Amino acid sequence: MDMPTQSVALVDAASAPSPTLRLLRSLARLRESPIALVGAGIILFWVVVALAAPLLAPFPPNVPQVPMAKPMAPAPNGGTFWLGTDHLGRDILSRIIFGTRTVLIYAPLATASAFLVGIVMGLLSGYKRGWFDEALSRLSDLVLAFPALVLYIIIISKFGSSGLNIVIAVTLASSPVVMRITRGLVLDLRNRAYVQAAQLRGESTWYIMLVEILPNARGPLIVDACLRLGYVTITIGTLGFLGLGLPPPDPDWGGMINETRQFAMVFPHMLIFPCLAITSLVFGFNLLADGVRELSLKD
Amino acid sequence: MIRFLGRRVVYMAATMVVASLVLFLLFELDPESVVVQVLGPYSNADQRQLWLQKNGYFEPAYARYLNWLVHFAAGDWGRSRIFNMPAVSIVWTRLSNTAILGFWFFAFLIPLSLAAGVLAGMREGSRLDRTISALCVASASLPPFASTVLVSVLFVFTLGWLPGTSSMIDGFAYRELVLPVLVLVVYDFGYVARITRASMADVMTTPYIRTAMLKGLPYARVIVRHALRNALIAPFTVIMLHVNWLIAGVIVVEFFFAYKGFGSLILDASLGRDLQLLEACTMVTVMIAVGTQTIADIAYMYLNPRIRFK
Repeated sequence: MDMPTQSVALVDAASAPSPTLRLLRSLARLRESPIALVGAGIILFWVVVALAAPLLAPFPPNVPQVPMAKPMAPAPNGGTFWLGTDHLGRDILSRIIFGTRTVLIYAPLATASAFLVGIVMGLLSGYKRGWFDEALSRLSDLVLAFPALVLYIIIISKFGSSGLNIVIAVTLASSPVVMRITRGLVLDLRNRAYVQAAQLRGESTWYIMLVEILPNARGPLIVDACLRLGYVTITIGTLGFLGLGLPPPDPDWGGMINETRQFAMVFPHMLIFPCLAITSLVFGFNLLADGVRELSLKD
Repeated sequence: MIRFLGRRVVYMAATMVVASLVLFLLFELDPESVVVQVLGPYSNADQRQLWLQKNGYFEPAYARYLNWLVHFAAGDWGRSRIFNMPAVSIVWTRLSNTAILGFWFFAFLIPLSLAAGVLAGMREGSRLDRTISALCVASASLPPFASTVLVSVLFVFTLGWLPGTSSMIDGFAYRELVLPVLVLVVYDFGYVARITRASMADVMTTPYIRTAMLKGLPYARVIVRHALRNALIAPFTVIMLHVNWLIAGVIVVEFFFAYKGFGSLILDASLGRDLQLLEACTMVTVMIAVGTQTIADIAYMYLNPRIRFK
């Protein structure tokens, strides 16, 4: 999460700690906020589940077995369907476990891509100002004129539904917001003494933006990244729920709810568990964001 | 003031026109894809040629765009393929249904979330503040589709108190409106209450509140007369700006409860590949989004005495 600040290394190379050490130190600071710890714990839990999915899942996620088994029902060849099975007889617990991979790949990927585009745009428009700033700001106004979910619906109905298109849609819809935040921070930082010093040294524009300004703007951006990870997780789930998400059969939490919606009356377990899974993950991101914000206000 | 208003309105109109251009480029630039969507994949080449000829698709793109824009402005929004009627009439019916949903949603959301935010922000760090803040995080973490499922399981399948669909087949029924409104309030409560809390907490630390307290005014009077007026400016504009975000919740809720509103119409148009209806719906959402953003800007300026233009 922490951006390595090379400016420190340049000033005092001998005593400056390495980037890895600095990262560990800022992670250790999370101890000061119980909220952030709980959030990080929930996220870590799901990351471990995603990594160890083949070991943890009692059954293969896409193999039909006994349709519509209730939770705790015994499986025919030994074992138990702890959370029951869906309408096609696939074990829900295994699908949730493997579905963790889907959400934990696409949500961070889409968020990172939105931040990359948004930060570069925000740095350029905040630092260079002029017509460039004007053009980028008008462009972001234009994108924000479309409600986010409508934008996703348009893009996915035009270009089809795939993981890549979801990443592109999220980048398009979120990067203007990231750009606005970055731009606001840059406008505040661009007149600081250390930026002027770098300008007098004759550093390049990119050096000043990336090495002098960006590391000092990182606090609010990290908080927003945690919050945005939560939004993007909700978005990916919503697209799956509306039937616009990733194509079947690989498990995806939102898609699991959409596929079994019509059985909700008789077999609510098919929907409840994926809902709880996604809610807990978003809850983790939101708690982490709250905790990190609290910590950054303490400084 | 008048000049500011004028500039804001012109800018709003310009954004809408540019958005319509983007939409046109995306959907209408290639006549071949349009005709396949309108006539279906099983139409033959002659039929397609005839339809393209009849609807003027052999004109250059800029002429088609201008034509499309003029028709749109005049209220001719094309024909919906899946409903087989003019898009404008179905859009209006569905919008009025969503307006009913929206009215009841705001009628509950605004008092609830503002009261919770003010109570929490009045005494930062108190037990009440912590409880309300925790509720806010929970509300913000609950995706709308998850809350539709959870409230349905609770109130429809387990307790059997409320109907699980809101299609209003036997005429309008308030019973069928309860769950959609509940889900939307849960969806938005956390966000609005949080903003209100932050704004109230901010105001409570200002010197003029301290002065009012030290002057010996009763606590209730300080809150009502001095704090509220300034604390509620931010939440008001946030509620307006949030309409953009709310549309996502509306789509999910109307889809799940089969409510015949505007949100489910957009989804139907998209899943049914109904091009002209989708264009009409998207333009309407753009108008709603840009319109509420403009109102929020103007209202913020009007309400906040610190912003004054020469």
